[in-house]
Amino acid sequence: MTSKQIERRFEIFKTFVAVALALGLALIVISFVSESPVEAISAFITGPFQRATRISNIIEVMTPLMFTGTAICIMYQANQFSMIGEGAFLIGANLATWFAVTHENWAGLPLITVCFIVAIVAGVAVAVVPAVLKVKFRANEVVSSIMMNYVILKISDYIFYYILRDVASGQQASFPIPKQGKLLKMFGLRMHVGVIIGLIVCVAAYVFIYRTKWGYQIRMTGANMNFAKYSGISVMGIALSTQLIGGGIAGLGGAVEILGRYDRFLWFGTQPGFGFDGVLVGVLAKNNPLLVPVAAFLLAYMRTGADVMNRVSDVPVEFVDVVQGLIILFVAAEMFMAKYRHKLIVNNAKKQLEAKEAAE
Amino acid sequence: MPEEILLMDKITKVYPNGFVANKDVTFSINKGEIHALMGENGAGKSTLMKILFGIEPFEEGRIVLKGKEVRFNGPLDAIANGVGMVHQHFMLVPSLTVAENVVLGMEPKKGGMFDFEEAVRITEEACNKYNLKVDARAKVEDLPVGNKQKVEIVKALVRGAEILILDEPTAVLTPQETAELFVELKHLKEQGHTIVFISHKLHEIKALCDRITILRLGKSVGKANVADVTEQDISRMMVGRDVVLKVDKTPAKPEETVLKVRDLKIIADTGKPIVNDISFSVRKGEILGMAGVEGNGQSQISEAITGLLGYQHGTISVNGVDLKGKSIRQIRELGVSHVSEDRNTYGAALVASVKDNILSDRYYKKEYNSGIMMNDKVINEMTDNLIKEFLIKCDDRDDQVKMLSGGNVQKVVVAREFSNKPALVIANQPTRGIDVGATEFIRKRLVELRDEGTAVLLISADLNELLELSDSLIVMNEGRIAAYLEDASVITDMILGEYMLGVRTQTPEEIARVAYD
Repeated sequence: MTSKQIERRFEIFKTFVAVALALGLALIVISFVSESPVEAISAFITGPFQRATRISNIIEVMTPLMFTGTAICIMYQANQFSMIGEGAFLIGANLATWFAVTHENWAGLPLITVCFIVAIVAGVAVAVVPAVLKVKFRANEVVSSIMMNYVILKISDYIFYYILRDVASGQQASFPIPKQGKLLKMFGLRMHVGVIIGLIVCVAAYVFIYRTKWGYQIRMTGANMNFAKYSGISVMGIALSTQLIGGGIAGLGGAVEILGRYDRFLWFGTQPGFGFDGVLVGVLAKNNPLLVPVAAFLLAYMRTGADVMNRVSDVPVEFVDVVQGLIILFVAAEMFMAKYRHKLIVNNAKKQLEAKEAAE
Repeated sequence: MPEEILLMDKITKVYPNGFVANKDVTFSINKGEIHALMGENGAGKSTLMKILFGIEPFEEGRIVLKGKEVRFNGPLDAIANGVGMVHQHFMLVPSLTVAENVVLGMEPKKGGMFDFEEAVRITEEACNKYNLKVDARAKVEDLPVGNKQKVEIVKALVRGAEILILDEPTAVLTPQETAELFVELKHLKEQGHTIVFISHKLHEIKALCDRITILRLGKSVGKANVADVTEQDISRMMVGRDVVLKVDKTPAKPEETVLKVRDLKIIADTGKPIVNDISFSVRKGEILGMAGVEGNGQSQISEAITGLLGYQHGTISVNGVDLKGKSIRQIRELGVSHVSEDRNTYGAALVASVKDNILSDRYYKKEYNSGIMMNDKVINEMTDNLIKEFLIKCDDRDDQVKMLSGGNVQKVVVAREFSNKPALVIANQPTRGIDVGATEFIRKRLVELRDEGTAVLLISADLNELLELSDSLIVMNEGRIAAYLEDASVITDMILGEYMLGVRTQTPEEIARVAYD
């Protein structure tokens, strides 16, 4: 076995251990805080699979995360740590709603298509700001994108209050999205075709990154920017374009979420958080879009489990945040189990050396 | 009976990528000797010394210093125990003075403030005691390389080093500076210091050292009194065979001019001109060597030609096309190949695969793409052929480059840069820090390229390499061309050294001969 194979297997093993360890720790915490820990735990673990509606719920929850997660993958592959996914998602949802409610007479398919396009354009448009600041003035995209997200939030709020808001509605919400503008439901459940669009986006992003020359440029820029530059790749062009692509995908995700799950737009005042969850998904997926659905599913499963547990026991839903934090901690920690890995490699290297000497 | 001051007993070190750098290496030195540690690049010399200095942890074995078992947790630990190290790449703060560098981390204070005069006194005292002449008040960035090295030695001595490790100290020096260093080291030895001298230059070992330990492929393969062995014996122990680093080369048949550099001026960020009005030409079918102590503008020239660095004044043209305003890709498309001196930063992406590294200058070309997708079949075939042709040792094309040895990383770089039918190759330190086999291979390929009609600009700090490969030579000194030597075959390294140091000069007319059309 080569060191390379050991390392690859170790990475997979490490992720499993991280998830198991985080869940294990979580279970210990539950058993301390809960009056009926056994019920709580079983609700958390098996609850999400007990009913079709809950499985549908997992699918629903994972759908937006696939978009923001893929957006993060593409940007992180090029070492562009932009957080613009959050704002792009919100403005995408907002303007898709705007287009839908202002074009009530359109037929379903063209309406949805244009809503998607509007959302993508909106996502790209807001991503331009941190991307251009980075390329023109070397402004750190992490900071400027987070700041930009606040600006976007206020723009979205403005549009919501002054254009979209339905005063006749009993709650703080927009005018209703026309029936024909909503995404199709699947299997008579709440889950919608957005999950299929999400899967297509993940696969397309994978092909784009690993099988095309554009993706090659992105990967090389991320692997070593100086090397990419020296080889003749326009690294600033890559920094710009990956951020715009990320913004566009997140924007599309916003439209899919709003047209798939909601009757009215009702996000205002605070950031809904899908972009930040996307970072979680991207990290878990190791920036590989093909693993994004898996990571998104895991997250959605835990959230649904926490929801179920919240309903049947005395453990609050926020508990899932603890588990999430722990998983990310273990997965992201480079040196987690490094000693064990080193031991594996040392033993293997020694064995190989001996075999080689014996052969000589 | 000589007293053993240090014993490294059965040391085994495995790097995180599975590379066994040292296997049961035993290394013992006596007090007051100069002990040579020899071996090819990649034999494990530097690793062994990094272990001793506390930079790298080790898996097995023990270190006994003055009869006491020790294990250093870092350089500070090692220094506190009287072990000092002068690294190949100097660890100095260029913008500070010599005295400030010497006392860094142990600054003398007066009333809570840094006492510069006391620092100068400490430095001068040490300089006098050990007969190392450096101006304590000079800024390090203004010093020549040889003096920077002295500052490093003083720094170690002031910190109480009894054992001094010198990692290839002569690699950056001219022959004259080397001779001076040897006198100083012998002086230190007389004063009771113990010196570990790492090198792979045989004649230096014979001239300076008392005993040697030889490493090969991570194991100690020999130990001897230098007086008892010949250079041939040592070289055989080092590589396991007789080495001939001689490249067969016919006289060059230069044709039309490919590279024309005229009045090139490059100003550094500090405002100082680092390349100052230089002009030269390289013709099709010849190798022009560029000698010079490092830091005299050679790197900047290679970066300016290849588009990595902008320049303020002058013109560079390749086959009649002016390079001003051209992107790196456009310059590469003109047939300019670049072997960067820093393969880990520019030459290769260590975390990417061998395949991806070879592909980086051609991935966008039609032949490697079919429609919007990359054509894996063609790419894999091309990669596998190059791996075979350039004898790159790897399991397969998907291996990460960081898993390969330095020599093989450089072969990956060279495989890419030499295989795109270059009109001009800028080879900057093409064989630095790599094993003899790879060195031999790369040198041979350079001569082959020349014979196929490529113009080659060879920049190197290795004088033997320059004299071996070049058809003509230019020598750089302080950003200017100090000499043009039309026939490299009649030049010796001593003459080259004198030009590099500025002891010997040429008239402007003589130098201007290299700027032909």
